Amino acid sequence: MAEADAQTTGHTSTGRADGRAAALPNLTRRDEVRRKWLLVAPALVVLALAASGPLLIVLVYSFLTPGNYGGVVWEFSGEAWFKVVFHRDIFDDTLGFADAHLSIFWRSVKLSFLTTVLAFIFGFPTAYFIATRPEKYRGLWLFLITIPFWTNLLIRTFAIMEVIRADGVINQILLGLGVIEQPIQMLATDFAILLGMTYVYLPLMVLPLYASMEKLDFRLVEAAYDLYATRFQALKRVIIPTVKPGIIAGSILVFVPSLGAYVTPRVLGGGKHLMLGNLIELQFGQGRNWPLGAALSITLLLIVMVALLTYIRTTGNSEGGHG
Amino acid sequence: MITISAAFAEPESIVSERKSAQPLAFRAFRDTLFGPSETETGGKRLAKAAVEARHVTKAFGDGPERVLALDNVSVEIRENEFFTLLGPSGCGKTTLLRLIAGFDHPTNGSILLNGEDISHLPPFKRPVNTVFQSYALFPHMSVADNIGFGLEMQGKPKAEVAKAVDDMLRLVRMEELKNRKTSQISGGQQQRVALARALAPHPKVLLLDEPLSALDLKLRKEMQIELKRLQNETGITFVFVTHDQEEALTMSDRIAVMSAGHILQVGSPREIYDRPSERFVANFIGDTNLMEVEVVSVSNGRARLRFASGAETEADMPEGMSEAKSVTVVVRPEHAQLAGTGDNGVLSGQLENVVYFGTDTHYHVRLDEGVLFTVRAQNVRGGAEERQPGARTDIVFSELAVQVLRD
Repeated sequence: MAEADAQTTGHTSTGRADGRAAALPNLTRRDEVRRKWLLVAPALVVLALAASGPLLIVLVYSFLTPGNYGGVVWEFSGEAWFKVVFHRDIFDDTLGFADAHLSIFWRSVKLSFLTTVLAFIFGFPTAYFIATRPEKYRGLWLFLITIPFWTNLLIRTFAIMEVIRADGVINQILLGLGVIEQPIQMLATDFAILLGMTYVYLPLMVLPLYASMEKLDFRLVEAAYDLYATRFQALKRVIIPTVKPGIIAGSILVFVPSLGAYVTPRVLGGGKHLMLGNLIELQFGQGRNWPLGAALSITLLLIVMVALLTYIRTTGNSEGGHG
Repeated sequence: MITISAAFAEPESIVSERKSAQPLAFRAFRDTLFGPSETETGGKRLAKAAVEARHVTKAFGDGPERVLALDNVSVEIRENEFFTLLGPSGCGKTTLLRLIAGFDHPTNGSILLNGEDISHLPPFKRPVNTVFQSYALFPHMSVADNIGFGLEMQGKPKAEVAKAVDDMLRLVRMEELKNRKTSQISGGQQQRVALARALAPHPKVLLLDEPLSALDLKLRKEMQIELKRLQNETGITFVFVTHDQEEALTMSDRIAVMSAGHILQVGSPREIYDRPSERFVANFIGDTNLMEVEVVSVSNGRARLRFASGAETEADMPEGMSEAKSVTVVVRPEHAQLAGTGDNGVLSGQLENVVYFGTDTHYHVRLDEGVLFTVRAQNVRGGAEERQPGARTDIVFSELAVQVLRD
């Protein structure tokens, strides 16, 4: 009986292979290469026009002289790049580090990192919860996660402002309960920015985490329990390593836009707590120093690249990197 | 299904051959791995219960969707036993296994391990390990890390884990694949790793959930022998779940046949096959001839039965059935013969079909009362002359071949 089975399957598989070979025209290697390029061409054109082109312009601008009323004068200058890091005193020309810029860089990296960590802490249980629901309810939960995307970012940010400002909901309640006597200053602090960014970027963490958790074979978790792993050990040794691709994707999706965030720090940071995005905007606006803005933009890009490379290096080498 | 006798004769003979070839070496190997087993040092096999299910009921769902996966099931699994839960899919066998492992908890009743109630312990607090149907190997770990996982979680020192892993790799003959990722080895090898991983922490009981179902026939036969060898060498109680009756018959010390959340019969493979107590058991395992017969008289548990042909025979009557007027009896095809000339037939009819299977031949006889009866005869060179379909024939079998079903 088994032999008969083997024979039949053998026949069908060879038959299928023949069929596939016949369906494809005989392509030479050159034809195949051309085909591949034709297929990727549309994407390449869009990338060249919309990404590489503008980037090139920004790069060129960063080496030009600022115009008096904005814009640039076509005259080479390294001044903008110099100003990214250094500061020349206007009275005695003494050189110093551009403290304002460096502290903004630092704040941006710090807040983006914390946002990523918070989004992970809140997002991981959420994704796990959704992935462990019966299949028919998962769609509904995912739908609920995506609802914030339906409203404009600016409006959502103002809504948070309403909640945390001095006479906002939280302070009113706490005052009413007699927990505090003075309203807590939450608006225009790093805390406010962190709160806003975590809220805004949380779905970007939950969705990729969910995607990889949905594929997680929960029998692996049962196997871990069976082999004397406690719940925490199962999480650490089995769940997290297996969903690592989702964690990496989610972290990148949260960290990168956080670093360049503009609206949230602007509204909730109250103009005092700038982040890189605000600093860049300042140079193109009131600052009227386009080359400096361009140089800062490139710097932001470099920070992101360095951060990503380090991240992928450190997480990719350990077990389960290729998941 | 067709050639049970031939199919299970083969692996068993190989097993016994191996056992007899080097029993001392195996015993020594086991003793270094697991220490001398208690039952052996005690001098004789103790029939102590390793696992016991007491009136276990497991329900899934609520209200109208409530499904009883197990309905008041009680069973005792002895120490050092190869115990098989056999039944069709959905009969509750895997549910019972999961209750023993601790992945699910009984709705009613209790699970005991060595006499201790473990019904509400989580899986990681039970000295029981599982070989999963899908193996559930950790894809991000090497073969060695998989095998060492249980010991590592128990907090064993690194050196001890490493040594146990090497021992286990040797036990399942996988030394050379130690550092491979589990995705880089074949299905049969994954199966061995899954076994080694579950055996490494020296569980009191090893649970196996249809571990061979994903393997092809040849590999499955090999693994059947391998499992039996491992059980002999380790002396661990195996609880094996399968829907494959041949697998159950060849490997088990005892079998529990399950259907629709109940255990119908528990016994040795021979008891289950030769003395099925219920219609389901008789039908599920092997080929059967079922016949309605008249009860003439019952005394002291023995019944005088009359076939439709008028022939009479005696058989043991199941308890509580002495009042029955008619009963169903089972006669296995290979326990009956076509009558030669001069034999007094028990049944008679017309030969409808002769099917040649190489090792044996099946004769389908339409009995005079209309029932189809199969006789299986071993083929021997120079045996009886070929029978032609259409010929009238008598069928003979001894009293011992007749088994009365409890209906």
